Amino acid sequence: MNITFIQPNDFRKQMEQLRREKGMDFLRDIVGMDWGEEGIGAIYMLENSETKENIQVATRTTNREVPVIPTVSDIWKIADIYEREVFDFFGIIFDGHPNLRRLYLRNDWVGYPLRKDYDESEQLNPIRMFSESLENDVTHTLLPDGTIKRNPDTLFEKNEYVINIGPQHPATHGVLRFRLSLEGEVIRKTDVHCGYIHRGVEKMSEKLTYPQILALTDRLDYLSAHQNRHALCMCIEKAMGVEVTERTQYIRTIMDELQRIDSHLLFISCAAMDLGALTTFIYGFRDREKILDIFEEVTGGRLIQNYNVIGGVQADITANFATKVKEFCKYLPSKIKEYNDVFTNNIITRKRMFDVGILSREDAISYGCTGGTGRASGWACDVRKRHPYALYDKVDFKEIIYTKGDSFERFLVRIDEIKESLHIIEQLIDNIPEGDYKVKTKPIIRLPEGSYHAAVEGSRGEFGVFIESRGEKSPYRIKFRPMGLPLVASIGTMLKGCKIADLMTIGATLDYVIPDIDR
Amino acid sequence: MEMKKPAIKSIPYEEFKDNETLEALIKEVNKERTNVVVGTLDDLINWGRSNSLWSLTFATSCCGIEFMSVGAARYDFARFGFEVTRNSPRQADLIMVAGTITHKMAPVLKRLYDQMADPKYVVAVGGCAISGGPFKSSYHVLNGVDKIIPVDVYIPGCPPRPEAILYGMMQLQRKVKVEKFFGGVNRKQKKEEQPDTPIIVTNFPQETTDKKEKEQ
Repeated sequence: MNITFIQPNDFRKQMEQLRREKGMDFLRDIVGMDWGEEGIGAIYMLENSETKENIQVATRTTNREVPVIPTVSDIWKIADIYEREVFDFFGIIFDGHPNLRRLYLRNDWVGYPLRKDYDESEQLNPIRMFSESLENDVTHTLLPDGTIKRNPDTLFEKNEYVINIGPQHPATHGVLRFRLSLEGEVIRKTDVHCGYIHRGVEKMSEKLTYPQILALTDRLDYLSAHQNRHALCMCIEKAMGVEVTERTQYIRTIMDELQRIDSHLLFISCAAMDLGALTTFIYGFRDREKILDIFEEVTGGRLIQNYNVIGGVQADITANFATKVKEFCKYLPSKIKEYNDVFTNNIITRKRMFDVGILSREDAISYGCTGGTGRASGWACDVRKRHPYALYDKVDFKEIIYTKGDSFERFLVRIDEIKESLHIIEQLIDNIPEGDYKVKTKPIIRLPEGSYHAAVEGSRGEFGVFIESRGEKSPYRIKFRPMGLPLVASIGTMLKGCKIADLMTIGATLDYVIPDIDR
Repeated sequence: MEMKKPAIKSIPYEEFKDNETLEALIKEVNKERTNVVVGTLDDLINWGRSNSLWSLTFATSCCGIEFMSVGAARYDFARFGFEVTRNSPRQADLIMVAGTITHKMAPVLKRLYDQMADPKYVVAVGGCAISGGPFKSSYHVLNGVDKIIPVDVYIPGCPPRPEAILYGMMQLQRKVKVEKFFGGVNRKQKKEEQPDTPIIVTNFPQETTDKKEKEQ
């Protein structure tokens, strides 16, 4: 992967040019980096949503005490939250950022954990058993003389009526916390707090060998366990120059699609439960168990399968795998009809989802909302079509695209995608070629020096892996692009002017998984 | 009157593991004699309590999905008396800590536990809740929820299978059955049983300390 370095004082101008002249409207990810002596900074991955052209630029500064980089949060909306993440982990001040606060860690956390010189001792950061005080929530701005000013957070004014939802709330799909400013029942402003399940996977990975890191990816977004692991394996294989066998590709593709169906079934169940339809929840889980049975027979795991390994898959598929999958493909379509009868065509569902939480195409791209959310807004963002991997360029499938981008279409996208996934599986299941399921690799892998990137279409968007290697047995830096972070970043736009009950609808149809956001 | 071994309808006593712990508990309860009336009432109440344990909907990560599976069609914990899950800690009898507890989440979990009404129980589901699991070496993960709240049952696994979760929940039922409801609850944590190393609270914001002092 080629990275162009730009000096910080020239950076802002160049980025504006890229956006305007080259049409780089999709900011895939910002990867904070500590290059050691060479400086501290960030890598920006950009893409043109029309031509699918990719560019990686980076900027860095050698001032470790007060590292300053100009902000791009007014060029790409998603940069707002990505820059907060980089600030949280590296302490880089983004000059001109309107609201530079910590994103994941507590606001009284000492130090910046992903820096190479971070002090992990427990004396500095013991387990604090008191709640974070909101007075501590400070934004950071740069003064002209080069010092940092810590201002109290002024997101909400004193006379605003602010309520707190989460982290323990059944409709937030995990431990996400919202602060909402209300006017009667109408939401005026939203503030998202992440980090309640931040496990520091990226920092941990810097001490683990490559095969060991694989175990952690399954636990990021446990509903796209296969795809996450597929992405990391692909990235490492790309770096090593290993070609996996065709049989592996077939198995991986089928498993990815089964996982997608599994995730979408859970999405339907949970969306229904959030809106109060418990029957659909039971139906969805009934059918999901059938996929889990297949997973269990082949991989030994139900939810977390640990199936992909570097160079192939852990074990060969069982003899009656194909029969079982075919049975399932025959079984599911009639059940989808049942969901539609019971839930989708229900008048209450329609009233609660129609025209609620509209996300325009421009906003979807600017926020980088990939997956079903982006496609419901009319953005053809499927990685399987944009940058085909595994067997996706050989199978025939439709990319489901809607135009309006409201909650109901986000729901429909998932239902249609289940059908497409079944279609993909049906094309592959009879033609699995004979051969090895695994290429032999060494237990300790040293990747050649350089930066590598791979992306797959996870169950809810683009899941990317970025590895910076210095030739060691563990990565110098590894970064996972969370699928859900853009979704929660955009939720403020969708919620503006909605009623508070719509938060459940919008949250349910965005389909985020919090451990994936927090990593 | 003496307390008997806890019996569960569906599984014979010998099939359970870890019977010694329960027997020790029974011994402790039986040290002091119990009035027949109170003892019979105890039995009745414990029978009722153990068959209607409502858990809090609390999940932070992967184990939460397996917990949902246990509640759904195939496994259905309502068969064993865990009829519903409650969204409010005030209405819940037990908290299933399903998932990793991080530094940021720890005070929230403690508060949820404190908000629950007695008698309350804690089940640690999965490796993360027991010891930090695969994330033990992380800078932001609490290595075991038993450092902040007392745990009644541990269910190992990553994530545990639904059968394991059901088994763990049944173990909790048995534990509930060997309790004295009227006086002398043996489950309550005694002072000397509390962890040796207290949770160190430093970096306490000055303003908050002042406020607390004023309140006192």
